[in-house]
Amino acid sequence: MKLAVLVNEGPYQHQASDSAYQFTKAALEKGHEIFRVFFYHDGVNNGTRLTVPPQDDRNIVDRWSTLSKEHNLDLVVCVAAAQRRGILDENEAKRNGKDANNIADGFRISGLGQLIEAGIQADRLVVFGD
Amino acid sequence: MSEGIVKRFMYVNRKAPYGTIYALESLEVVLIGAAFDQDVTLAFVDDGVYQLKKDQDTKGMGVKNFSPTYNALGDYDIKKLYVEKESLEERGLTQDDLINVVYEDEDDDYAEKPALFVVSKEEMSDIMAQQDVVLSF
Repeated sequence: MKLAVLVNEGPYQHQASDSAYQFTKAALEKGHEIFRVFFYHDGVNNGTRLTVPPQDDRNIVDRWSTLSKEHNLDLVVCVAAAQRRGILDENEAKRNGKDANNIADGFRISGLGQLIEAGIQADRLVVFGD
Repeated sequence: MSEGIVKRFMYVNRKAPYGTIYALESLEVVLIGAAFDQDVTLAFVDDGVYQLKKDQDTKGMGVKNFSPTYNALGDYDIKKLYVEKESLEERGLTQDDLINVVYEDEDDDYAEKPALFVVSKEEMSDIMAQQDVVLSF
């Protein structure tokens, strides 16, 4: 089955992001296709490479990056939600006159159209949120 | 890439308009999504019914009152807003307390027609079951 995933909550604060990761990983291992994982609301905070969780805890951001690398997984952060919350890639930092960027490996910043497209293209869109 | 496919999209609004950003960012998805020519339905349940409360005044909070945007939804060809009756009643509200959302029917000499409908929990459940994509906020 072709699936798409929407993550609406940030890492550590809320389980939604953990559940979304576990679901995505399990679906890929079962041979399903993940069309895209889209990050919205505080979910965009899953895409900052500047998190430093305690060493005995899971690293949520790295975990997504690794999964993306292993499965060529499309991880998309909503640009409008990201700008509000200070998640920037090199282009966005430059465009908005900011002195740094913080996007993690495997993530890209794009528009909400990518979420709608995922809803149209996938057989199921699975939402993880509060 | 997505041309030709029309799916039934439902946006489920469950939270109060202020206090968290869910309602505002949900509306942003609805407006962007309108460009994709899909069959769009909005549902308002639980505290989400407060999003449609008329005469909202946010001056004291220092945040933007975005409720006038609901009036413009008809211009985006969004003409199905369903509000759950039980959620209204639990909060002491009736349809008279809500914004009058209308759209202009181009097939009927642009007559203004209602776009907001109060439905029972059971009806809402049936409408939800008919959807292809359900986004809940």
